Amino acid sequence: MPLAALNAVEVDYPGRGRALGPFSLTLEPGEIVALVGPSGCGKSTALRLLAGLEQPTSGRVERAAGRGETSVVFQAATLMPWAGALDNVALPLELAGSNRQAARAKAEGALARVRLKGARDAKPAQLSGGMAMRVSLARALVTEPRLLLLDEPFAALDEITRRALAQDIHVLWAESRPAIVFVTHNVEEAVFMAGRVLVMTPGPGRLAYEARIDAPLPRPEHIRASARFREQVEQVSAALQQAMAA
Amino acid sequence: MNRLHHGLAPLVLVAAILAVWEITVRVLATPDYLLPAPSAVVIALIDNAPILFASAATTLGMALSALIIASLVALALALAVALSPWLESAVRPLAVVLQVTPIVAIAPLVNIWAGLDHPQRAVIGLAALVAFFPIFSGAITGLKAIDPDLERLFKLYGATRLQTLRRLRLPSALPFLLEGHKVAAGLAVIGAVVAEFVSGSGGSQGLAWRLLEAANRLQTAKMFAALLLLGLMGAAAHALFQALETWALRRWRGR
Repeated sequence: MPLAALNAVEVDYPGRGRALGPFSLTLEPGEIVALVGPSGCGKSTALRLLAGLEQPTSGRVERAAGRGETSVVFQAATLMPWAGALDNVALPLELAGSNRQAARAKAEGALARVRLKGARDAKPAQLSGGMAMRVSLARALVTEPRLLLLDEPFAALDEITRRALAQDIHVLWAESRPAIVFVTHNVEEAVFMAGRVLVMTPGPGRLAYEARIDAPLPRPEHIRASARFREQVEQVSAALQQAMAA
Repeated sequence: MNRLHHGLAPLVLVAAILAVWEITVRVLATPDYLLPAPSAVVIALIDNAPILFASAATTLGMALSALIIASLVALALALAVALSPWLESAVRPLAVVLQVTPIVAIAPLVNIWAGLDHPQRAVIGLAALVAFFPIFSGAITGLKAIDPDLERLFKLYGATRLQTLRRLRLPSALPFLLEGHKVAAGLAVIGAVVAEFVSGSGGSQGLAWRLLEAANRLQTAKMFAALLLLGLMGAAAHALFQALETWALRRWRGR
């Protein structure tokens, strides 16, 4: 039984024409899928459909509709600047009506999972970019979602922070095994993180190529140097270039 | 050293202006009613201190009452408008018309409504009207100035309209509210003075009344003394709200 699915969805934006589709994607519980494609190929639109933040013009979206079943991490950390890390993480629980005490206790646990227990009172402006993204991850995880959507989580980070965050996401994934869909420009990050990499064509976004990455998850950092890994990165890059040229 | 220099700069300029002013008036023997020397202004201030300071307190009190009323009404209205887009479309044009109507033109009407024997109420009402707009438009702008991704997040987590208002829109609006109140504080003082001029009655004995009274008697030094108090009052109000804004923003952002 799939966890969520996009069935031949199409999204048209008034005045801008078709952004996505027809596009289909079936998600199994616990799998990690990367959407790779040029800017404006509708990757983020696909993500918003899965989040229920947008409706398709045509086609069908199947998703777990329960509160907190789906979490999103945006490209920017998207934290409330006036609230401390702990309050930011506790937000989804408090919005769902859980009392402040219980919400904060759970939020403490989530912060500990992203190794930020010491930063509980820090305001977002006092955190580095990588730390802020981890707070954002903790907030996404605090509801124990079955589907985690990451919209270019690496885009604003430097190389070292990016690799550390990729490792963190794998470790967190291994703890509760949510399905993860993430959007990225970065082919190497896609191949490192995902079990399936989907390459999309530029607007309107359609599936151009699908690669299965068979190395078991979570993956050690040194896998990046292996011949098989490099080969898969090359294959996906080539498919991406082809998709963009078409 | 550099900061000290910059801090002293305005004092040096003022001292220079005063010196030139004093010397020029003495050398040219300008009559007092035309341009009194700074020393004469100080003497007038000391001679009339009780009445001038009492009047300053009256003006300040009226400006403050106006600011509080304006703040409460503007916030309540902004919140109502934020919760109902329909109400916003309804209110906007009216607010603009009211904003561009000169306060001087409305004054006689407000005088009648306040009752001719309650000129203070008229002054407070008119000053509140002037102070209303920066707070109202600041609040409206602030309540809308939310990070679209944060808004999506609230939607994703099923936040109610009230939750979104209380936990997202109001805190987002804080910097705009502070700015609006800072501007409004200055305008409330100006509004109180202008309104007092226009309401043209000795019933509200603020600084504006003292200015009129002194002008009618050609007591120019006393006019300058009243102006000096007025300037100091405005500057103090501005500095106070500036400090409040800086402090609150630092707490809001955490640095």
